[in-house]
Amino acid sequence: MELKLRLAHLYPKLMNIYGDRGNILCLERRCRERGIGFEVTELGLGEKMKPKEHDLVFIGGAQDREQRRVAEDLVKEKGKALKEAAAKGVVILAVCGGYQLMGRYYRGAEGEELPGVGVFGLRTEHPGPGAKRFIGNVVVEWQGGTLVGFENHGGRTHLDDGVEPLGRVVAGFGNNGDDGGEGAVCGNAYGTYLHGSLLPKNPRFADHLIETALRRRYKDLEMAPLDDRVEEMAHAAAVRLATRRGIISV
Amino acid sequence: MRRIAAIAAAKATAALSQRLRMGGGTALPGLVAERVDPHIVPEMARRLGQGSVIVTGTNGKTTTARLLRGIVRAAGLRPVANRAGSNLMRGIATALAQAAGLDGGFAGAKRRLGLFEVDEATVPEAARALRPRLVLFTNLFRDQLDRYGEVEHVAAVWRDAVRTLGGSATVVLNADDPSVAALAQAATGRVLFYGVEDTSRASEGLEHAADARWCSSCGSELVYSAVFYGHLGHWHCPTHCRVARPSPRVVATRIEMEPEGTSLMITMPGGEVSARLPLTGLYNAYNALAAVAAAVALGIESEAIERGLGSFTAAFGRQERLTVGGRRVQVILAKNPAGLNEVLRTITADGEEKDVALFLNDGIADGRDVSWIWDVDFDLLAGKVRSLTVSGNRAWEMALRLKYAGLDTPSEVEEDTATALRLALRATPEDGNLYVVPTYTAMLQVRELLARWARQPAFWETS
Ligand SMILES: [Zn+2]
Repeated sequence: MELKLRLAHLYPKLMNIYGDRGNILCLERRCRERGIGFEVTELGLGEKMKPKEHDLVFIGGAQDREQRRVAEDLVKEKGKALKEAAAKGVVILAVCGGYQLMGRYYRGAEGEELPGVGVFGLRTEHPGPGAKRFIGNVVVEWQGGTLVGFENHGGRTHLDDGVEPLGRVVAGFGNNGDDGGEGAVCGNAYGTYLHGSLLPKNPRFADHLIETALRRRYKDLEMAPLDDRVEEMAHAAAVRLATRRGIISV
Repeated sequence: MRRIAAIAAAKATAALSQRLRMGGGTALPGLVAERVDPHIVPEMARRLGQGSVIVTGTNGKTTTARLLRGIVRAAGLRPVANRAGSNLMRGIATALAQAAGLDGGFAGAKRRLGLFEVDEATVPEAARALRPRLVLFTNLFRDQLDRYGEVEHVAAVWRDAVRTLGGSATVVLNADDPSVAALAQAATGRVLFYGVEDTSRASEGLEHAADARWCSSCGSELVYSAVFYGHLGHWHCPTHCRVARPSPRVVATRIEMEPEGTSLMITMPGGEVSARLPLTGLYNAYNALAAVAAAVALGIESEAIERGLGSFTAAFGRQERLTVGGRRVQVILAKNPAGLNEVLRTITADGEEKDVALFLNDGIADGRDVSWIWDVDFDLLAGKVRSLTVSGNRAWEMALRLKYAGLDTPSEVEEDTATALRLALRATPEDGNLYVVPTYTAMLQVRELLARWARQPAFWETS
């Protein structure tokens, strides 16, 4: 049986804050270099998702206006399939706006509420138009090492009791700037505020996602090591910049 | 009395900071003047006999304002302009204070025209203070999201600003940019559209998902019959709502790219202008077109427009050329994906191997979030570079991006700017061309080094 990673990319045209493209490029490259096939299905507004046909689901970040359009479609057209996929152990990576919409709800700056899919037990609330945005470089201590990225969000995310964050904030704000948590993990679903093309410069996290996604169908999967010298240099530089300068909010 | 104190203080600061080489004294004097008298901008702007013009947009402000300045001079007016990138209120205050006499008046006030490039987010404040007779909006790209918030937010800020301009102000809009064209709905005064008609320059669809635009009226995804760069092109809404690119009155009917420049034919009501500019890239054709449209709206004759364009020399960091150690060095500022894609396309257009140095910094003026480089098509460079030097404090992020573009081993990755620039010059053959593509703060560093090495005056003395 030929190895192949089947990726569902949700709303590529609407949810594509800078760098989301890099996440897809990274998954593809790291599969291909190992001789693993790679297939992307792009799912836009109105398109149904078939939970059995994907190993990994990616949803990126968006600007406010796009987020509203997506929220409605996500719940109505794809919500059930996403929960089913999550229950079956399909890997989900939800970044920034996508992360917020995978929670129970998102309450915007003006108090308007967008219902979420509920893959993650969490809620996100924007404290109001005057509130400080959490902007800057982030370093997170994750079980597999450090993660580096850039965050830019007004919403504060609070995890329900019993839900684990993806990691602990070393530099930056994370979920809410208060409890030191960043992102969320529920089974094989990962949510995070880290964009800035998260995966290319966090190759170990990228491999963790690929491996977890494929293990469901290929039990004796071997992940060959790749030449990650440039990746590790970029990772190290990002850690250095974020921790040396501290975090600047604008 | 206070105003006089403010102007005097500003002038003194300008002189002092120039002497201390504190970066040309472009913002600090204005800061001092504003501190002493916060009303300095509106009070002085009122004394400009020809009123004021605001030039804003994501890409091309500096070059467009500079082109317009040349045209305005050719028309016999005397512009009061802020310099190279000093586009916040204090930069405007500085320009006014430096141009004024100690009494706050202007010599030859009748022919004085304020001509200010204004930061996207500063447009409302600048419009309130200057009460401009004309505002030119060039384009709206995703740029430095961490600084400006969101594109939609900038569009809303502009819309509100346009609404408050009053019926006597003219708004000049790029018809090819749906977000800019939509500002017409908020205008109470005259609106003039410009656009490109020469579709030989166009590609058929949008390059990236990120370029997609939605109808301002019904929210549907817009359809393009021609795309010039980024999301600029001939667009329409596919639904019954029929919103579409307005037909422009000032039009580029012919654009020809040449190795060292661009030649243009622009037609307008009752005339046409042809020009050769020492600037390459389609984005510069747009800059010229925008400047011409603004000039037309100001009532300037086509003969003066042509002469003004002919007098153009590039602004620092905007395709300026220098000779350093026998190598010809071209510095081209790049700060967002659409702009950098055009720069790469221009550099590689003739298919020959090039020497290129990329500088990526993440200072506030660069945009602290460098993830935008993942939306740039560096693949355009594959097989077309002889040497590639990568620098800036985010050099390794850039190296990683280039690895993904199939440029497996950049010749050099060196975080230190001066060292990298030396390496790049060394890698360039004598009599060869080196293309230096920096972000904003890197550009300032690069320019200073090159200027020193080429024994050229620092940038604030040349503009
Ligand atoms: Zn429509």
